[in-house]
Parts: sequence; structure tokens; C-alpha cells
Amino acid sequence: MTWITSTLGSSVGKKLMMALTGLSFCCFLIVHLAGNLSLYGGQDFFNAYVDHLHSLGVLITFAEWGLLILALIHILTGVTLFFGNLKSRPNRYAVNKSAGGRTLGSMTMPYTGLFLLAFIIFHLFDFHFTDHTTRTVFQIVSESFSKPGYVVFYVLAVIIAAIHVSHGFWSAFQTLGLDHVKYTPLIKGVSLVFSWVLALGFGLIPIFVSIST
Amino acid sequence: MTAAKEINLTLKVWRQNGPDDPGGFEVYRAEKISTDMSFLEMIDVVNETLTLNGKEPIAFDHDCREGICGMCGAVVNGRAHGPEKGTTLCQLHMRHFSDEDTIVIEPWRAKPFEIIKDLVVDRSSFDIIVQAGGFISVNVGGAQDANNIPIPQDVVEKAMDAAACIGCGACVAACPNASAMLFVSAKISQLALLPQGKPEAARRASAMIKTMDELGFGNCGNEAECQEECPKEISITNIARLNREFIKASFFSSVK
Repeated sequence: MTWITSTLGSSVGKKLMMALTGLSFCCFLIVHLAGNLSLYGGQDFFNAYVDHLHSLGVLITFAEWGLLILALIHILTGVTLFFGNLKSRPNRYAVNKSAGGRTLGSMTMPYTGLFLLAFIIFHLFDFHFTDHTTRTVFQIVSESFSKPGYVVFYVLAVIIAAIHVSHGFWSAFQTLGLDHVKYTPLIKGVSLVFSWVLALGFGLIPIFVSIST
Repeated sequence: MTAAKEINLTLKVWRQNGPDDPGGFEVYRAEKISTDMSFLEMIDVVNETLTLNGKEPIAFDHDCREGICGMCGAVVNGRAHGPEKGTTLCQLHMRHFSDEDTIVIEPWRAKPFEIIKDLVVDRSSFDIIVQAGGFISVNVGGAQDANNIPIPQDVVEKAMDAAACIGCGACVAACPNASAMLFVSAKISQLALLPQGKPEAARRASAMIKTMDELGFGNCGNEAECQEECPKEISITNIARLNREFIKASFFSSVK
């Protein structure tokens, strides 16, 4: 098994793990967004979606554990890479200036990532690990978004997630070696469009819910 | 051409006596600098004054002074090889600066690039990476007929673009993570693209990346600062090729 550990332990191997887990999260976000858009259909429509989702039973549990494992790999590898990079330049420059390669997304990856971890924990305790016996999910959601502070925080979190994805999505393709003179410009374009879709798709939900209830 | 102008500058230069010296910035005046001078010639002028005043001149690396040897390099106002695109420090001319500018000059900063003195860094780690696999093993014998191995022209061009790397270290200096991936990817690509490099491709990719990691370079974050600063404008498409070569070597070859 040594070849597996030496492969995944190398710098490129760690990046491969980041890329594969990151792309998995992108897939998850598409499914999550598709489901959440049912909130625009009103209370009954949304609760019907929730019931359908929960009726999947063991599949949901399986998906949850899968996401948890992916998250642990992504976080632990990301932290290892971050501290490894700090060690590679123990003495910093007095003047730092970009040559034009960096983007808002790329230069903030570790920090947006850390924020997202905090947000996901908060989000899970807000909606998932909360009392579901007396309230429907729609009631939980509309109760949260009746507080203006929550709306602002969720919209901010979604924008930060979109910034993270704007670099992460195309970067994953580059790390996997999926670079091609014909497709790379397209992948970079899709990366930007995808992050805008996430920002608008998720970001408008708290605003819509807070206005409509 | 406009007539040569003269400018006066303030330099903040990193001075460090040796690897163990903590080092620090010192401020110098560079007076009456012709805008036709190169950046290195400007330092030469400052060094003459320093020497005449009995002070130690600023140590910096240089050799050909025509942008092809890869010896020179410093971070000028936060930019590797200065603010111009596709140039080495010796090809950066003073006409790109204005009178009374303050210029901050620092050495390449990365753990594997130990500072020898002032702006001179030890880049032998690059040699160690090349020694790990940046070669092909050719059996000696009668020379082959020309054109025995057909190679499409566009592939030759890509290999040549990668082979343009002069090993100056600007990619490491410019990388926010001090990663050497652009250098290593150029050295892997120039051989991986050609038939002569194929037999040892898996062993090469595996050994060179392993050596790069062991030397303490950082991890690539696909930020593309390296390709923007590379004096030979080597593209990060080579890094994608390195990643492919690594995947092939790790998962689809017998190399362990």
C-alpha cells in the first residue's frame, strides 16, 4: 500500500484529493440548490419536496456520511497544504504585488474555506440538528429568515461560497490535468457562471422568504 | 528615440551578510541614472559609489546580461524581475521608472532558496530536481538518420516552449506558496512531449515531483502568478501536463 500513501501524500496527490472532493461538493451544491428552489413554490410545495427527500431513508444517511467523509478529507488536506505553504516561505516579502494571475477567489481560498466551515456548522445546527417534531422544515426556515441578521449572514455566506467556487471549480480541472486548448476557456467560463448561479440561486432565497412570510 | 534622460532614485535594498545573518533593508540614493541603463547597470553605479566610500557593494547574481542565462533576478517593488512582462532583471531598463521613485529590492524568498548574500540565493535545489529525472538515457552507437522519428511540428513547438525555461527561479519567487511547479512542469514537459522522453516518462515524473516535495517547495494553488512573471512566458498548461504525467505514473504505471 506504500505507493498509495506516497502518491496521496505528495504535493500533487494532496491537490488531487482537494480537486476530487471539491468537485463532489460542486455536485452536491447543484442538488442542494435544485431542492431549495422549491421554496419559491410556497409552503406546501417545499414541504412536499422535504417529505420526498426524507422518504429516501437510508440513502440520505448514506449521503450524509459520504459528505462528512469528503468534508473531513477536504478540510484536513486544505489545512495541511496551507501550513505547508507557510513553511515554504518562512521570510515574507516586504512588498507584495500581483502580476495579474491571482483572482479574488484564488487569493482568498484558505480564508473563504475556513469561513465556510464555520458557516456549514452554524447552518447544520440552524436547520438540521434542531427540533423537527413540532415544526415543519418550512416553519424552521421562515422563522430563521424572519430575523434580518440571519438573512444578511446567509446572503454573505453564499457570496463567500461563490467566491470560493469561482477559483475552486476550474482549479480542480487544472489539477486533474484536464486542460485543453479548446475546453479550458470554456471551463473557466463555466466556473464563473456556476459561481454566479450559486450566489443568485442561494442568495435570493433568504431574501424571498423574509419578504414573503 | 528620445534622448537619454537622467533620473534620481531612492533604493531600499535587502542586505544580508550570509545565510545565518537576519538581514535588513538599507536605503541608498542612486543619482544621475541614465534611463537607457539596465536595472543591473543601475546597481553597478550604486556599487561603485559604495565601494569608493569604503562600503560593501550590493551582491547580486548576473552573467550574460542579455536575458538568456537565468542567473539574474530580484523582486523589485513586489514583482519578480520587476514590473515588465517577459523580461529578466538585466533586460529591465530604467526608462520604466520615474524620477524620485522609491524602489524596494528583495531577493527571491523561498525556504529551498537559501540567501547566500544580499540578493544572491542558492538555486542548486533546481539542479537536484533535474538530476532526479530531467534527462533521457540514450545508448551510444551509430547516429540515426535524420527524420527517422516523425514528430508533428506543433508538438515540437510545445516542447520548445517548455525548453525555453532558463531556471531563473522567478516562478518560485512569484508564487504565493513558493511552489516550483512551473519549473518542474517545464522540465517534465520538454521531455514528455517528445518520443525520446517517453520510455522514462513515469519514472521521471514520479522522481522529480518527489524531489521537489522533499526540498521543501510549496504546493501549487493554480494562481497563475508564475506564468505572469516568467521571463520566458512559460504557460501553466505545462503544470496541467505535469499533473497528467503524475496521474499516469502513479496510477497507471508500474513505477512505485
